[in-house]
Amino acid sequence: MGRKREILDDEKPKKGPGRKTKKQPAPSFKELFGDEAGKKKLSHKQQQRKKKREEKQAEKAVVGAKRKAKPQKNVQPSKKPKMLFDSDGEDDDGENLRSSDSEEDEQMQDEFSEDDVLSENGEVEEDIVEPSRSKKSKQQKKQAQVTASQKGKKLKENVKKKKSKVVEPESEEEEENDSSDEDEKDEDGDSSDEEMDVEKASKKLLKKQQQDETLAQDELMLNIKSQEKFTLPSGQEIEKEDILWQWISHIRHVLSDFAERREEGRPRKEYMKQLCRDLCARFNYNEFLMEKLLKLFPNEIMDFLEANEYPRPVTIRTNTLKTRRRDLGPMLIDRGVNVEPMARWSGVGLTVFDTKVPLGATPEYLAGHYMLQGGASFLPVMALAPQERERVLDMCAAPGGKSTYIAALMKNTGLLWSNDANRERCKAIVSNLHRLGVINSLVTNYDGRAMKKVFHSFDRVLLDAPCSGTGVISKDEAVKVNKDEKDILRCSHLQKELLLSAIDCCNANSKSGGYIVYSTCSILEHRFHPSLRLTRRFYPHTHNLDGFFVAKLQKFSNKIPGEENKNEKAEENGETAKSDESGSKGKKTPTDEVAKAEGREPNQKSQSEKEQKSANLQALSNISDICKLLKQTISYYAALFFVSTTNNLQEILASNLSSIFLLNAQIFKSPGVETSV
Amino acid sequence: MRPLTQEETNTFFEKLSKYIGENIKLLIDRQDGSYCFRLHKDRVYYMSEDQLKIGSSAAGDTILSIGSCFGKFTKSGKFHLLITALDYLAPYAKHKVWLKSSAEQQFLYGHHIMKSGLGRLTEDTEQYQGVIVYNMNDLPLGFGVAAKSTQACRNCDPMTIVVFHQADTGQYIRDEETLT
Repeated sequence: MGRKREILDDEKPKKGPGRKTKKQPAPSFKELFGDEAGKKKLSHKQQQRKKKREEKQAEKAVVGAKRKAKPQKNVQPSKKPKMLFDSDGEDDDGENLRSSDSEEDEQMQDEFSEDDVLSENGEVEEDIVEPSRSKKSKQQKKQAQVTASQKGKKLKENVKKKKSKVVEPESEEEEENDSSDEDEKDEDGDSSDEEMDVEKASKKLLKKQQQDETLAQDELMLNIKSQEKFTLPSGQEIEKEDILWQWISHIRHVLSDFAERREEGRPRKEYMKQLCRDLCARFNYNEFLMEKLLKLFPNEIMDFLEANEYPRPVTIRTNTLKTRRRDLGPMLIDRGVNVEPMARWSGVGLTVFDTKVPLGATPEYLAGHYMLQGGASFLPVMALAPQERERVLDMCAAPGGKSTYIAALMKNTGLLWSNDANRERCKAIVSNLHRLGVINSLVTNYDGRAMKKVFHSFDRVLLDAPCSGTGVISKDEAVKVNKDEKDILRCSHLQKELLLSAIDCCNANSKSGGYIVYSTCSILEHRFHPSLRLTRRFYPHTHNLDGFFVAKLQKFSNKIPGEENKNEKAEENGETAKSDESGSKGKKTPTDEVAKAEGREPNQKSQSEKEQKSANLQALSNISDICKLLKQTISYYAALFFVSTTNNLQEILASNLSSIFLLNAQIFKSPGVETSV
Repeated sequence: MRPLTQEETNTFFEKLSKYIGENIKLLIDRQDGSYCFRLHKDRVYYMSEDQLKIGSSAAGDTILSIGSCFGKFTKSGKFHLLITALDYLAPYAKHKVWLKSSAEQQFLYGHHIMKSGLGRLTEDTEQYQGVIVYNMNDLPLGFGVAAKSTQACRNCDPMTIVVFHQADTGQYIRDEETLT
């Protein structure tokens, strides 16, 4: 296991690569690409020896050729492969020869590509070949040379250059060979017919010159081609990126003062479209998501996208059931983990700057002294503010980070019901709860939508709904491309159902509670209420937390409107939405409308509006109802007040921890609140 | 979820008493409320009565854990303590073993403890006595069974196993799948 290894090593950190790696040079692949590398290796003496050998062979060949001069000539053409027939040199003129040769080159390429290494390395063998075949072998060699250089296209530019240098000596050698061949031929000619010989010799010379020229030309072209092939793409890419940047900043510049700076006759839409496309290309998003984001952050889009490219700081949460932050900090520092207390608003968070040991496998971690948890996920729990001896439901709990925080805030009293719909992930909850020493828990595997049938008098409910994950793009890049309209709608529908279920599970009559906190880790919006003024969003680029959305709702009555007539009782919907965060796939509230639309009874609340409340007022018949309504209204304003007056994170968080009733009291004291809203 | 039968209770308490002795009664008679043991899917859970009341409203097959899991009964009727019981065993432990920091990691990977890794050891520990394992900072790491008595430990050579490994906190990571 990797973890094990790392733990073991933490006492003796590695100091660079081991000895073995130092001894062994990096593997070189040059040899794989053939001849040049092989040739290079010939030492000076080897070259000398080779020359001598060649000379000897040439001599031998001359003697042999003299003997067999006549029969050889007959044999020669027949030995050539069929396709060589056109190019059979003697009668053809130079033009034909050249073209046919290049044809040959192409045709033969396949044939020789397999054994070209052999033929190239085994030049000696070729040289040994009988003089009668020397012509053919010459061709082979040249072809091999060509194929090799063609092959070499793939190599890098500099490799190419080397290659061409290396090739030169080769061709010289060949020239030598050729000249010796020529000598043979000449001598052949002597023995047979003087005139013929002279003609032949000159023809052959001509032919050879032409061949050399063709080859040289080919090679030149190859080098040029390969150079182009290599440099162009890289150049393009660099340019592309630059251009994208330029375009983006240019378009943004124009858009920032559109009337002045735009090009005549081009609508804003076009600019937006192009900007969207460029951003998609630059940051690898799909267009759907980018459009949404552009709508969400018309001005800060660049900050947001940049923020998503970098991970948020690693944070851990001290488990107050087992230790204290001021004990844990030094202990981790001893282990080589560089930590510092997190922002002022959290009393349990530590930010990790760097670490020599795996944070998820230290003995402290195993003993449950801390939990690895993003800063943003503290927030819903802080907003929930569970009290001791309460019954709390965490509806979508896996893997248990928020659950354990709730248990810590409850000091292991009361009941914490952690539910998750995915059985596999439930195992993580069980493991984490036990590791952190939580003993007041109950872990179940229900679909959240069915929870209200199981148990429905919780004091507080936390719903951390499954979402599109657009708030945590820095953690999971896949979100950039794999979300589309359907996913978002499916998600938001599920969230709606879960929220209704969560509200149903909550007991409005609880002495200390009746709160529901809804959170998601996404930032896209699907509003239930036009203003959502009571919610607050936080984004990666502004708060350096994961994108998150938190809304706190208070339930005022257990009555369900559909049953109102039967029971002659009233119910209220009020909600106090306290929100801290951002995410906003936000479902916030208006569950009333939603529920009605679904044919269910909304029992509770939603972000209420005055009109709605007055309507409710008419429906209320007895005094107690009116009292409740009053309470609801007050809370509503309290929440508004709260949000409108606290614009910075720390204040909000601090206030969240205080009870809503405190806020109510404040409201009573300040009559001007309504107008301030 | 049901109470333990007499036979199961005997097996269970017998095992438990190897580690915490007569302190078992502190688990049962608590001043801060009534607590009980319940058997669910062959596992023994320890929970408060309140938890039990609410928990019983959930269907049996959906409950994955309630309260703390102490261990499980094997098919042959034996009882195995699991690492999740450590929170209750450690405070009441009768016999303890402290590990040197060099041996700590070995133990957390599931290895037995050798004499060389032994830092301290409770006096008068007998052979096959259940012991709780701590590191030198008094952080409980797991538990096991003494392979040798304290006396025998003094004279054995460094590579002898002195404590057999039974459970360690590393299992929270290694065996997360099988903890429930």
